[in-house]
Amino acid sequence: MTRRRVPFVVRNPSVLVFLGLLAAFTLGVTVLSEATGIGLISTSMVKTLGKTLCFCLIAVAMDLVWGYCGILSLGHFAFFGLGGYMIGMWLMYARTEMIVVEALAAQPIPPTDAEIEAAIGNQIFGVVGGSEIPAIWMFADSLVIQLALVVLVPGLLALVFGWLAFRSRVTGVYLSILTQAMTLALALYLFQNDSGLRGNNGLSGLQNIPGFEQTPQSTISIAFLWASAAALGLGYLLIAWITSGKFGNVIRGIRDDEARVRFLGYNVEAYKLVVFTLTAVLAAIAGALYYPQAGIINPAEIAPIASIYLAVWVAIGGRGRLYGAVIGAAVVSLASSWFTGGQAPDIPLGFYTISWVDWWQVLLGLGFVLVTLFAPKGLGGLVDRLVRR
Amino acid sequence: MTTDTLLEVSGVSVSFDGFKAINDLSFSIGEAEMRAVIGPNGAGKTTFMDIITGKTRPDSGDILWGEPTRSLLKLSESQIAQLGIGRKFQRPTVFEDQSVADNIMMSLKAHRQPWSVLFHKFTQDDGQRIREIAEEVLLVDHLERSAGDLSHGQKQWLEIGMLLAQDPRLLLVDEPAAGMTLEERNHTTDLLREAAKTRAVIVVEHDMDFVRKLDCRVTVLHEGSVLAEGTIDHVTSDQTVIDVYLGR
Amino acid sequence: MIRTITALLFAATLILSFGVGTPARASDSIEVIFETHAEIIIKGSRRTITPAIEAFRDSGLPEAQIVLETWRAKDLWVRKADNRFFRATTEDRKTYDLLDIVTGEALGRAAKKELRQIKPNSGVRGLISAALVRFQLSDPDPEVRRSSLAAIQRDPAPSHLAALEASIDKEDDPGLKAEKRRLAGLLTIQFAEAPETRVAAIRAVSSDLGIDVRAALNPILATRIGVYTAAPEGNVAARLTIGSDIGADEAYALLVAQGAAAPIPDEEKKAALAEHIDGGMVGGVPVASLTDPAARDRAYARLAAAGRVPPSPTAEERDAAIAAHRFYAVYEEPNPAVTDAASEALESIGTMVRSYEVLDLSLDALSLASIYFLAAIGLAITFGVMRVINMAHGEFIMMGAYTGFVVQQLIPSYTISILVALPLAFAITFAAGVTLERLVIRWLYDRPLETLLATFGVSIALQQIAKNIFGTQARPLTSPEWLDGAWDINPIVSISWIRVAIFVLSVVFLLFLLFVLNRTRLGLEVRAVTQNPRMAASMGINPDYIRMMTFGLGSGIAGIAGVAIGLFAKVTSGLGQDYIVQSFMTVVVGGVGNLWGVLAGAGLIGILQKGIEALNPSNTLAAQTYMIIFIIIFIQFRPKGMFALKGRAAGD
Ligand SMILES: Nc1ncnc2c1ncn2[C@@H]1O[C@H](COP(=O)(O)OP(=O)(O)OP(=O)(O)O)[C@@H](O)[C@H]1O
Ligand SMILES: [Mg+2]
Repeated sequence: MTRRRVPFVVRNPSVLVFLGLLAAFTLGVTVLSEATGIGLISTSMVKTLGKTLCFCLIAVAMDLVWGYCGILSLGHFAFFGLGGYMIGMWLMYARTEMIVVEALAAQPIPPTDAEIEAAIGNQIFGVVGGSEIPAIWMFADSLVIQLALVVLVPGLLALVFGWLAFRSRVTGVYLSILTQAMTLALALYLFQNDSGLRGNNGLSGLQNIPGFEQTPQSTISIAFLWASAAALGLGYLLIAWITSGKFGNVIRGIRDDEARVRFLGYNVEAYKLVVFTLTAVLAAIAGALYYPQAGIINPAEIAPIASIYLAVWVAIGGRGRLYGAVIGAAVVSLASSWFTGGQAPDIPLGFYTISWVDWWQVLLGLGFVLVTLFAPKGLGGLVDRLVRR
Repeated sequence: MTTDTLLEVSGVSVSFDGFKAINDLSFSIGEAEMRAVIGPNGAGKTTFMDIITGKTRPDSGDILWGEPTRSLLKLSESQIAQLGIGRKFQRPTVFEDQSVADNIMMSLKAHRQPWSVLFHKFTQDDGQRIREIAEEVLLVDHLERSAGDLSHGQKQWLEIGMLLAQDPRLLLVDEPAAGMTLEERNHTTDLLREAAKTRAVIVVEHDMDFVRKLDCRVTVLHEGSVLAEGTIDHVTSDQTVIDVYLGR
Repeated sequence: MIRTITALLFAATLILSFGVGTPARASDSIEVIFETHAEIIIKGSRRTITPAIEAFRDSGLPEAQIVLETWRAKDLWVRKADNRFFRATTEDRKTYDLLDIVTGEALGRAAKKELRQIKPNSGVRGLISAALVRFQLSDPDPEVRRSSLAAIQRDPAPSHLAALEASIDKEDDPGLKAEKRRLAGLLTIQFAEAPETRVAAIRAVSSDLGIDVRAALNPILATRIGVYTAAPEGNVAARLTIGSDIGADEAYALLVAQGAAAPIPDEEKKAALAEHIDGGMVGGVPVASLTDPAARDRAYARLAAAGRVPPSPTAEERDAAIAAHRFYAVYEEPNPAVTDAASEALESIGTMVRSYEVLDLSLDALSLASIYFLAAIGLAITFGVMRVINMAHGEFIMMGAYTGFVVQQLIPSYTISILVALPLAFAITFAAGVTLERLVIRWLYDRPLETLLATFGVSIALQQIAKNIFGTQARPLTSPEWLDGAWDINPIVSISWIRVAIFVLSVVFLLFLLFVLNRTRLGLEVRAVTQNPRMAASMGINPDYIRMMTFGLGSGIAGIAGVAIGLFAKVTSGLGQDYIVQSFMTVVVGGVGNLWGVLAGAGLIGILQKGIEALNPSNTLAAQTYMIIFIIIFIQFRPKGMFALKGRAAGD
């Protein structure tokens, strides 16, 4: 029984291993990046890696909600996107404000606040035929509030949606479809020009961080790599801690037989709500780190398909084991961008040339079917077997 | 025989698509009392437990609990369980993916809110309790095994162990002896009789020998209502009960 | 003053030259008309040609039509020497035979340089065509009469009224006669002189739903805004309140038009301030403090007071000026009886239009519902029987649509190709469904969530394969001719034949499935497996076979839905994705395992989507958003859908 009293990380050596690997990876990339002058890894590669870390974070969150708690959410990319939108609002507003103020300062008469605001409104909303700054941008000039909103808006959406869905005991496939519907509704809403978030233009120029105009992108990309790695490390630690304790037992119980858990006296709905909301917040944080590295966010990113891909990553990586989620997200997303980016060499067969850009999706889809059929524990399951040997 | 009434079911009816599974059923049990509920298949025994534990909502009637009395009708399953009503299912349901120890640990009496569970510190006492209970249900050598690997009878015991771990005031036990050897049955009988010294126990069982060994009052259910009540000898000599059992 | 006199003189000449002269000329011969108007005909300017055309039109001479047609056909020639007009033919393009315009009798020859061809430009030709309408209205060929009616309708003019009325009595085609009457009524409303006649005509159309009726009535109610200090003049429609009916800025702009001081726009003020910066100060106000709008106003007022910039009325002055006036909406039409009748008629038409619009909307909703029904029914069958969601269902729809496309490439006749495509699409997707079930789904029956994922893998693979084969651009699926166009029940209610066909198709499928499920052995076994698979298996039903067949059936119907959807939507590799979520919703809202549930779900979603769209027509995206939110809330009250399966088996 003393087994249970030693510190958490000691009990879970895999967490330490993971954190060590993550730190080594981050340091390695930093050293080889353009920021240090070595430049073996290009800045755009650093960004890709940083974005991949964000994907890993949302995958870990997905693993908690699906792999451990059994809720196949097809909506976590909606939270990811919302997080991106919240930080994107500040990035875009603050930068536009800076440009506008600079431009207006050249005029003989100094600008009034209303003029500055009108100019910002024109700059940002000209593309959707507006010039008024919508009410939801009320706090866009405050980094602190927008950072808080990164957590609050998706968190609140998850809380309300989860409360409604769990309360009525919607489970299984029904729940998946409902989350997908929520995602679709959000995406469709954002596609509108009068959504207040620039319709299908989305927010752009997010790679330019206000206040750091002079800092080269190579340095900024490293900063975001570190931030993403830190977020992933902390998120991983948090979820590993949650799942290794009694809470983890309870949610795994909910996954396997929620009625039984209920008759043990646990309020299953509350647990689901906590997990759903917490993972939504983690997803939002991942999104808030991702989009400044991507530079642009638009509603297409939120489309239901993205969330399904998230489930694909986690399933390929292996559910119910956090490193599995990380492996799945990293391998599949990097492979996808390699194959669809046109870098992979085509395979000439004489009568037909297999071009990866065209056939990668087919391969991924079928590979996914095979993994589901023959390796329900995913790549993580393979790791398990290797380690046990 | 009994002192205070712990649970009182009065005039409860429930129907599924017009089929009356429970029909104006009244029933009560005291603080430290053992009661066996018997009846032919489909008599409504499991449904009766479903109603008490909040799984099925009755169409009419009331269920009163404890002192001061309160109605269970408005409460959710988990709230009812938290009041101290534990249940063992007809089909053994344990968390097969988790170890025996974890199964018992989850059932241990403690705060059930997500927040306190999240920050739950596993104490020496907890370990002690788990061990005690495992000893009672003869699973102490299997604590680290996955519950899914246990035999059918062991799963039944584990579920009884989980029930005891909750430290409930009322135990609802649905067919605990199904699929057990004679020896195992005897141990189960002992467990239940021990439990009934400090709390109320309702046992549903088909096996008359098992019921006889429990040595307690018996309630006979038929077509959703109470047909007879009394000692085992009393009810087995009741002509209507005999008709019901042998008449088909 | 001088201007007025010239205008009067001009008007007088006008009246003298043709206004008054017209009746006298009714007996003029063609030659005389040519003589009188030779100059403007030769000049051929659209702006001055009208008298000549009208002279022919109103001459009452039957030959006038031939003259106008010849003119329009650029067949009119004039001899320079004496300004006589002819038709001319030539063989060598040097010498021309001159012919009488009307009789065609030869009148001599002339060299090319002695002649001039009259080439009316398109503007003039348009005017001639309008004039010809009068003749065409009585043309012996009904087609000509019909097209001339259409021409009047397109471009009504006061002059048509008399011609139209004159032609009604002689009309022998009853349909055309009614149309002529109706059109005459509309022209009367717009152009008749006597108010009583117009009012009567307005009353007569007050239950006519034609758009042209409303187009004729609406201009009568056109208003302008009048500004008065005392009682208003003219046919007043309403008094306008500032702020709600008319904005303060707009009101003041009206006053400015009447001579009030014009406000200087902020931009100009700012420019004026910038011009008068003087040592860091403007009008005594430091430049740096001009970030405050009030400071700007102060600075500008000082400059204005010094006479260096034009004054701009202050906000108080503007308000006072507005308060001193009353603003009225005044009808352009002076006669209140006419405007009253028009607004009454419009109102009663409006009521009818609205109720028909509701009907039209219901038809739209019904057709949308039948599309969703077709798209979802296959999904519902597989979901109901197997508890698995087939994410590739949308791709089966797409496969059906592409089957239709390929068949159309091979079979040129659209009718035959559709008749071939429907069963072929069923066969292909049936086979695809059975394959999918055998290879993938049957291994996952105890892991329903994983079927969702595996079939999703199939879905992305199929989409990409379709993209690789058919490319990314949309492929058309052409409907046969007999499905073209729409069934116009009245000017408001109409529904395209394709949608009618899809409705019929879905009813056929509903009946077919009802028959299969309720009246056949297969149906009995399917229902048994739906309600309790284990029990069914123990009773000797082979659930494997049943599942395979059901999955094939569900997929096959998706294929047929694909052909139907392809007829009105663009066939792309993403076609299935557009319908899949709605199909899920249909199933979820309706509840599984029950045809009526799917029907109800499709109906509810169709009605909802169309209803919300009608409330917010400009924004279909918002409509879909609200619909989904509604469904999420609906699920709160009916977590298992409208037609939930009951019983213990369904409980878990
Ligand atoms: N959710 C339900 N839907 C429909 N009918 C139900 C439901 N639950 C129970 N029933 C019916 O109610 C009746 C009583 O069932 P119950 O399971 O309570 O019987 P039981 O006495 O426990 O039988 P057994 O001894 O076989 O366990 C049965 O006829 C059963 O079919
Ligand atoms: Mg039972």
